[in-house]
Amino acid sequence: MTDTAIPAPAVHEGPAHAPPIERPDFEIVPRRGLVLVAVVAVLLIAAIESNKLWPLTFFHVAGGAAWTIIDLFLGLILGPIIGRMSIPARVEFTTRLMPKMVLIMPTVVTATLAAGWQLGVKLGTVYSFNPLHGWVVASYIIVGVMAVLALGLLEPANIAVLVELKKPRPNPAVIEKLMKRFIYCAGVLGVMQVATLVIMTKLSSG
Amino acid sequence: MNERELPPVTQLGMASLALIVAGGIYLSAHLPRHVPLGPAVALLAASVLLLLANIFALSRVKDFAWDRFFEVAKWSLLAYVVIAGMIEYAFLKDHVSGGSLVVLTLSLAVFSVHVPMLMGFTVARYADSEERVAA
Repeated sequence: MTDTAIPAPAVHEGPAHAPPIERPDFEIVPRRGLVLVAVVAVLLIAAIESNKLWPLTFFHVAGGAAWTIIDLFLGLILGPIIGRMSIPARVEFTTRLMPKMVLIMPTVVTATLAAGWQLGVKLGTVYSFNPLHGWVVASYIIVGVMAVLALGLLEPANIAVLVELKKPRPNPAVIEKLMKRFIYCAGVLGVMQVATLVIMTKLSSG
Repeated sequence: MNERELPPVTQLGMASLALIVAGGIYLSAHLPRHVPLGPAVALLAASVLLLLANIFALSRVKDFAWDRFFEVAKWSLLAYVVIAGMIEYAFLKDHVSGGSLVVLTLSLAVFSVHVPMLMGFTVARYADSEERVAA
């Protein structure tokens, strides 16, 4: 990755000849990362096809842990820090973080949910006769709300920020607005992850 | 930041997604018992109506950055068709059949069209942001 100087996006707020902001060059979707995504997808399909307890538990627990930690850390720790950064620092941080998020989050979420559903079928927790079925339905509702927020607000904002940053003269107001949407959304998802933790620990302890 | 007036595509899209998610939860919460399909069909129909309304409202916007919209939406569509295909495979593997399979497949179709539409819209609505910086 090379660092490229772009014309300062701080046109609105500084003098006419503000120094250019160093912005790392980036791909909106990192192509090399797609190989890793494909590997995870193949292993996930193999785990579901084998229908064995260990691989299903591995994908569900490892994916779920990654999902929860990323949401909590991004929403409740990194989010407020990013909000207080200077615009050049925020731009640099965003160009390094967001392309990775484009690949990491859908992969982690797909692995967690797909393996979790198959695990539920195998263990019988998804069936309505299970004594803990109410907790499982509660987890569907929480995941459903999270999915709508992630698909409707978070992912589009993520892509739009990256497309904006790719422009020769990115508009800082647009980046600010979309990043605010991204961070607030991540915060809400982080709080909902706490509810997921409560449900999942209840389900695993019986 | 001055923004032009645009139809509430994101809000309608999220409402449409919420309806199909609700339908999916309704169907899966009753497993393995027989599920009355009426509520799920009603939720799906409402979701499809919102999708059509959204497409209609967006198609009437003048001077919209359609090239940028389709540039993003076509790749998102490819990604979400793959995801929808994987979910469909899971349904078939779990022996979902009959009316439930039809409702879930159509829900996936709505999902795989509406999400790319939201991505394309969010990017395209800021397509002229450089001109606003220069202005």
